[in-house]
Amino acid sequence: MRYKFLTAAFAATVALNFAGPAAATDLEVTHWWTSGGEAAAVAEFAKAFDATGNHWVDGAIAGSGGTARPIMISRITGGDPMGATQFNHGRQAEELVQAGLMRDLTDIATKGKWTEVVRPKSLLDSCTIDGKIYCVPVNIHSWQWLWLSNEAFQKAGVPVPKNWDEFVAAAPALEKAGIIPLAVGGQPWQASGAFDVLLAAVGGSDAFLKVYKEKDAKFAGGPEIAKVFKAADDARKMAKNTNVQDWNQATNLVITGKAGGQIMGDWAQGEFQVAGKTAGKDYTCLPGLGLNEVIATGGDAFYFPLLKDADKSKAQEVLAETLLDPKTQVAFNLKKGSLPVRGDVDLNAANDCMKKGLAILAKGAVIPWTDQLLSQDSQKQKEDLFSEFFAKSDMTLEEAQKRFADIIASAD
Amino acid sequence: MSKSERPNQLFRNLNAKVASIPMILTALVVFVGGTAWTVLYSFTNSKLLPRLNFVGIDQYYRLWATPRWLVSIENLLIYGVISLVFSLVVGFILAALLDQKIRFEDTFRTIFLYPFALSFIVTGLVWQWLLNPDFGIQRVVRDLGWTSFSFDPLYNSSIVIYGISIAALWQGTGLIMCLMLAGLRGIDEDIWKAARVDGIPMWKTYLFIVIPMMRPVFITTLVIIAAGIVKVYDLVVAQTSGGPGIASEVPAKYVYDYMFFAQNLGQGFAASTMMLLSVVIVIVPWAYLEFGGKKRG
Repeated sequence: MRYKFLTAAFAATVALNFAGPAAATDLEVTHWWTSGGEAAAVAEFAKAFDATGNHWVDGAIAGSGGTARPIMISRITGGDPMGATQFNHGRQAEELVQAGLMRDLTDIATKGKWTEVVRPKSLLDSCTIDGKIYCVPVNIHSWQWLWLSNEAFQKAGVPVPKNWDEFVAAAPALEKAGIIPLAVGGQPWQASGAFDVLLAAVGGSDAFLKVYKEKDAKFAGGPEIAKVFKAADDARKMAKNTNVQDWNQATNLVITGKAGGQIMGDWAQGEFQVAGKTAGKDYTCLPGLGLNEVIATGGDAFYFPLLKDADKSKAQEVLAETLLDPKTQVAFNLKKGSLPVRGDVDLNAANDCMKKGLAILAKGAVIPWTDQLLSQDSQKQKEDLFSEFFAKSDMTLEEAQKRFADIIASAD
Repeated sequence: MSKSERPNQLFRNLNAKVASIPMILTALVVFVGGTAWTVLYSFTNSKLLPRLNFVGIDQYYRLWATPRWLVSIENLLIYGVISLVFSLVVGFILAALLDQKIRFEDTFRTIFLYPFALSFIVTGLVWQWLLNPDFGIQRVVRDLGWTSFSFDPLYNSSIVIYGISIAALWQGTGLIMCLMLAGLRGIDEDIWKAARVDGIPMWKTYLFIVIPMMRPVFITTLVIIAAGIVKVYDLVVAQTSGGPGIASEVPAKYVYDYMFFAQNLGQGFAASTMMLLSVVIVIVPWAYLEFGGKKRG
């Protein structure tokens, strides 16, 4: 079967050399941006691409990345590739690239001087395999945010916390006012992501890298990480009454003041915007949970499968350029709530929270994210562990930490 | 056709044999071939794409050390016992009641069979709403005045699998009832008359005469229920997606999640091979008794 793919891939490379005349071409783009804020953002891409005389065929797959990725991958491996597809850059598409199913974008990247405009540099590094560039990073998403509802704290009669510790201290007052202190949805990645944020905030950037980059299992089972598990235990107690599944439903609890706060990536900001809330007035954001102001440079990127059709291949090039265009970058990222991947764009329209993020980025306080450091397999094991941990209040910290260390020991 | 010539055996009913070649090929390539391929690759460390890089039984070792797999197996056992016992018992009782020559039998039969027309996904969603504490049964009862009433099986780790079983029973019992009813109608009227003449009470007639006579129907039903148990997946996805935490995970979901979400084909294949093995362990002795017995008799 692999032989067949390789032949197809080879045929496609040959076809590329006979690129036909440029004309309006339909290009299907798959992604999992379906919540209100996300859909508004992706429409900006579609608009910009349509303006180049091509046509963006929207292939949105509902149900977050976990549901969408298997569909995308099976379409690519099954011989029915789309024109372009979203992945979180890092290791999700690694094997597809190694199998020769993805298009090498190095030429376009050299032409557009991507290495100069894209910052931080680690973004493009995540797209690079064996010296060749295979994806276009479109935004920087960082998980390290605590979103707080000012209204909820007002109702509970406590000041809006300035960091995680104050938030934990305020939890009893919130509960007394009938408010869920912390909203954590039931999808497994939410629990696992919240833990990673706590690890970077409570444990610090070095601890984070030691666990996920160096995969030091002994350290992961040690006393420093035990502190992180203690914080995770606080989070578990504060989240125990959340009866929602999806992340945006959990964000909605914060927006409506039914929950005090949520640990969620900056994509949550798009939801606040769609709901017409103002940063600083209606809600407060604390990067790095107010403890360790770093942001992770995870994010989304577009990959381009190798296609046989010359017109479509041409359109892929146009799309790749459009995605990184300064104007598109600003329009998209303002709607999405994420940070642009170019340092040379004007972001005066950015709100308070985004400005905080940009400032941290300018300081260079960045860490790579788990998508870049761990394989999907290890990520899934982690998700299983933390979704169990958050749902089962009688699971001891020692047991959880031991299992965590085991996962790190076998991680690749 | 002379009966003495043996070689002719192969060419007897030649048309029928030619016609069945596509199905034979499908069975061999898709079922047997696919199974063999899966088992073979379960001994490799294939990640996103299948690779023949053998690692022995590492995948199985990891599988049986994974808490989520153990929870899945336990849930499957609980779910299996519940759906087997309850759908047989409830299905039979409903069928026996319908068999009492009651009025509007057609109407009742339709009502009981209707849930079966829904897919597991729809069933799962309906029951997810019904069992949701904020808008479902609990809310209705609380609004009626019993404010301390609590019924939220889907949000309680220790009983969530029973919440899923309720939905499965609601959906599947109607079909079992129909099969049983067909079986009951197949019992000769004279048997009932004879039992009545002998003064045997009705429940005894059912238990000791009718049920043993319905053995073939029971076997068919058993196979249908058992197949449904092993492959349960969509119901769980629709109702809880395995939650809270991993409390309602089932083996089929483990296979899917590890093959596609975790991009670890080897692990998914190992899990599906274990599922196949469990089916084989159940089916083979039964098939031996069932079909082997016929030859002797």
